[in-house]
Amino acid sequence: MSLLLIAEHDHETIAPATFAVLTAAEKFSVPIHVIIMGSSCQKVTEEISFYENVEKVWIVENQALSHFIPENMVNTLLELAKGYKFILAPSTTFGKNLLPRLAALLDVAQISDVIEIQDQNKFVRPIYAGNALATVTSEDAIKVLTVRPTAFEKAKKGSLKAPIELYPFVPPSIRGLTFVKKEESSAERPELTNASIVVSGGRGLQSKDNFALIEDLADLLGAAIGASRAAVDAGFVPNDYQVGQTGKVVAPTLYIAVGISGAIQHLAGMKESKVIVAINKDPDAPIFQVADYGIVGDLFTILPELTAKMKTVMKN
Amino acid sequence: MKILVAVKRVIDYSIKVHVKSDGSGIDFSGVKMSINPFDEIAIEEAVRLKEKGIASEIVAVSIGEKTCQESLRTALALGADRAIHVETSFETQPLCVAKALKALVERENPRLVILGKQAIDDDCNQTGQMLAALLSWPQGTFVSRLNVKEDEIEVVREIDGGLETLKMSLPAVVTTDLRLNEPRYATLPNIMKAKQKPFEILGEDVLGIDLKPHLKTLCVAEPPKRQAGIKVTTVDELIDKLQNEAKVI
Ligand SMILES: Cc1cc2nc3c(=O)[nH]c(=O)nc-3n(C[C@H](O)[C@H](O)[C@H](O)COP(=O)(O)OP(=O)(O)OC[C@H]3O[C@@H](n4cnc5c(N)ncnc54)[C@H](O)[C@@H]3O)c2cc1C
Repeated sequence: MSLLLIAEHDHETIAPATFAVLTAAEKFSVPIHVIIMGSSCQKVTEEISFYENVEKVWIVENQALSHFIPENMVNTLLELAKGYKFILAPSTTFGKNLLPRLAALLDVAQISDVIEIQDQNKFVRPIYAGNALATVTSEDAIKVLTVRPTAFEKAKKGSLKAPIELYPFVPPSIRGLTFVKKEESSAERPELTNASIVVSGGRGLQSKDNFALIEDLADLLGAAIGASRAAVDAGFVPNDYQVGQTGKVVAPTLYIAVGISGAIQHLAGMKESKVIVAINKDPDAPIFQVADYGIVGDLFTILPELTAKMKTVMKN
Repeated sequence: MKILVAVKRVIDYSIKVHVKSDGSGIDFSGVKMSINPFDEIAIEEAVRLKEKGIASEIVAVSIGEKTCQESLRTALALGADRAIHVETSFETQPLCVAKALKALVERENPRLVILGKQAIDDDCNQTGQMLAALLSWPQGTFVSRLNVKEDEIEVVREIDGGLETLKMSLPAVVTTDLRLNEPRYATLPNIMKAKQKPFEILGEDVLGIDLKPHLKTLCVAEPPKRQAGIKVTTVDELIDKLQNEAKVI
């Protein structure tokens, strides 16, 4: 019995989260088949076919798949899924949107946001914003899992090419659903969940304009920008900058939290970072309890000084 | 238009939970319980649609132990017209809840079902999508803007890359994200009035569905604790530590 991995991509490249799921998939010690669905998938299919441990790549192409709308994807997946024992996708908004829809049609439970695969039917997942870890097992014949990408290394590219096979598109049963538009946040900086350095700002920044201070440091370090919910709610930055329990989970080498108090919900999204720096004027802010290096003071003096001095350091 | 809103009772978001020492689960004793915050947003959205004259009736439903009725009372105080509690002693898992909700939808015939995108206890983020699948309805998940027109809705979804706008015909399922609205508080007069509103209690047998969980929790543990580090006093010291101790820049 094999494993089906639903790849996330944008028709140009495979989303890095997919490679973390591939690593998770290897833990099952069964043949791994990847499915690529979209409107024009040659390029991304080629890309994934060279990854180690991929035994086969299914490709499903149709205009209706160009925006990855679950309603248009599930009938095909449902047909294919019946031959698999394990179905995996990343717990990104792509996977979270799609996989429960498939699981329900298969009449099986879904195990969300898995961070550890102990064996073929024993999985660890965070609950309560990561304040507890549950080990769960499923009584269903098909195990459907979303995998937290930051919990697994990214799989490596190999040299052998896996066979690619066409799978026919099964038309959706839902009508009257149309894609209107996508407003993408600027792609100038590294993607938040994939960056090795993240500089995040919170309510302490006070305004959208002041976020320029975060941008200056981030651009100098080649970092991605993150934010607390409070900063997003206040409109300082776009929604997809939110780090936390109900936003994105990140685990960079360096996370710099500026003017962020460190609420449980925020910590849930960043406490697996390798090194955490906190800049906050309140010495008792909970963020200091997880920070490796804390500096107490006014961010409006510390941040410009840090950026200026880093500039000199980076030059040398 | 009738709207069905699903609510779950969870440990309040401000509480840091503790794991029971025998690893069997979370310690609930003496802990403050509330409506799942995303469900409050769902109720608020429905109430606003009613205030705009778009919704005619709001039915709040909850599946779970008897204590869920408190959450439903709150939903009524916030503006729902009617409440239905499906009582079960089973741990409520998304697939079973979706099946119960489907049975309620078939009984109530709403045009729109609004749910929270995730419950902040199990953090599953599944129920709305599963319900939509079981009903064969379209889904608008993680929604930060909802526009209801005659026979269709337009939703703006919060996705990893930014925002996505979709149009779908009704009936449909919508799950809320944080930016959809800011929920109101229940006022005292409304809390009093809520006591008079219709409140129905159903046994799981009434709906003819099986709520037995598919997943079994073997154990629950505290995550490894991160050690607090040090406080530095100057920017120079910080840079020195990052360069020479942590070696991350
Ligand atoms: C259902 C739900 C889901 C949530 N999901 C998330 C989530 O995913 N991510 C998330 O982040 N939050 C989330 N939250 C919100 C969370 O509970 C906190 O409210 C939020 O994280 C606070 O953001 P903040 O730290 O920026 O603001 P605050 O808590 O207000 O902290 C601001 C900090 O800035 C400091 N400060 C102010 N001025 C300065 C200055 N001049 N110099 C230095 N420091 C300064 C203050 O000392 C303070 O510590 C969620 C909440 C709920 C209810």
